[in-house]
Amino acid sequence: MLTKRIIPCLDIKNGRTVKGINFVDLRDAGDPVELAKIYAEAGADELVFLDISATEERRRTLADLVYHVAEKVNIPFTVGGGISSVEDVDILLQNGADKISINSSAVKNPELINDLVAKFGSQCIVVAIDAKQIDGEWIVHLVGGKVPTELNLFDWAKEVERRGAGEILFTSMNNDGTKNGFANEALAKLSTELNIPIIASGGAGTMEHFTDTFVKGKADAALAASVFHFKEIEIIDLKKELRKNGISVRI
Amino acid sequence: MKIVIINYGAGNIQSIKFAIKRLGYKAVLSDDVEEIKAADKVIFPGVGEASSAMKKLRDSGLDKLIPVLKQPVFGICLGMQLMCNSSEEGDTTGLGIFDVDVVKFSNKVKVPQIGWNQIVNLKSDLFKDISENEYIYLVHSYYAPLCNETIAEADYGLNYSAALQKNNFYGTQFHPEKSSSVGEKILKNFLVHSIQ
Repeated sequence: MLTKRIIPCLDIKNGRTVKGINFVDLRDAGDPVELAKIYAEAGADELVFLDISATEERRRTLADLVYHVAEKVNIPFTVGGGISSVEDVDILLQNGADKISINSSAVKNPELINDLVAKFGSQCIVVAIDAKQIDGEWIVHLVGGKVPTELNLFDWAKEVERRGAGEILFTSMNNDGTKNGFANEALAKLSTELNIPIIASGGAGTMEHFTDTFVKGKADAALAASVFHFKEIEIIDLKKELRKNGISVRI
Repeated sequence: MKIVIINYGAGNIQSIKFAIKRLGYKAVLSDDVEEIKAADKVIFPGVGEASSAMKKLRDSGLDKLIPVLKQPVFGICLGMQLMCNSSEEGDTTGLGIFDVDVVKFSNKVKVPQIGWNQIVNLKSDLFKDISENEYIYLVHSYYAPLCNETIAEADYGLNYSAALQKNNFYGTQFHPEKSSSVGEKILKNFLVHSIQ
């Protein structure tokens, strides 16, 4: 039976790990390769590296990081942040990334999803969607959740699936950084209306939140950062708790 | 031991090379017929779309070479699928090593299957010292149904071939190079215990 995945997310700036609290306030939390190894050994099912650098050398730095992670880590990992072309993706996959995630570039040029899927296959193309609920409607946002678009979350998610993406990483801006739990209602709707895996992101604070997002939110995977980085939740304890609650996990 | 990873421009070869390095062996990437023929072990990787990967194999003449190799050959993911008779993906004719046709998962399950599943009914040296129900990492939309050459099964809406073997030819739908310590053990079993 396919298990539910637990995915620590490592925010990367200039080759170092940081964690965004509501995507704004940043704190340094160590060497990404070492951290990735620790998480792999601790039972993480997958890792996501999100690059938030804005320097000219960012592509090179990120490609180097991917190479070093692939060299040391024996579980799959996804890389995202500022990826906007077939060439960007080619370099990252060649350096050993298993999947790449695109966000703003897909909103600006949806055809990019089709191009990437045609060249590399659905299985490695994740589309990340940041959305905020405003007056009851879920609106897709860009630039780490700062800039609203005119897209409705569910319409956009369906288009993303239609264009061939293999997976959706949905972050609720209402929940992110709050530690009050995931946006399970929106997640359940995504999971029911789409037929590709959905990764829940934003709001993890307790082990119960993970149970809820798998049961109520019907998520296929759950992503979190600070609860893992600051050791508020140990992955092994979390998985034991999930298993106790009847959720299939890899231990 | 000379290990060659067939390099035909399809997919994530770097992580297989690194996994072999972590096991203490060295693998070279090659598309050269003579170099592949001379290898002790051959790894046939692949991710992406079946028909375009098959076209690359045909363009380089590797489609003629792979089925006649005598040393142990290990197809991974799309590599395994291309070793079958055919794939529904892109209506592709395969290498015909495994006597089974690859088909797409039904819409009753999410497609692609992404994540960790369990392998059961293990039947090969490839799984020496691997317990039933161990977890392995998969990402795929198409699968090989159960057949005479099935050496491991996984369950995703139905039971299908997680691994195949015919004589010196091995294939896994899952990624041993990404399946943590279990995957590394399976990769090592191929390098050490596969049929000569």
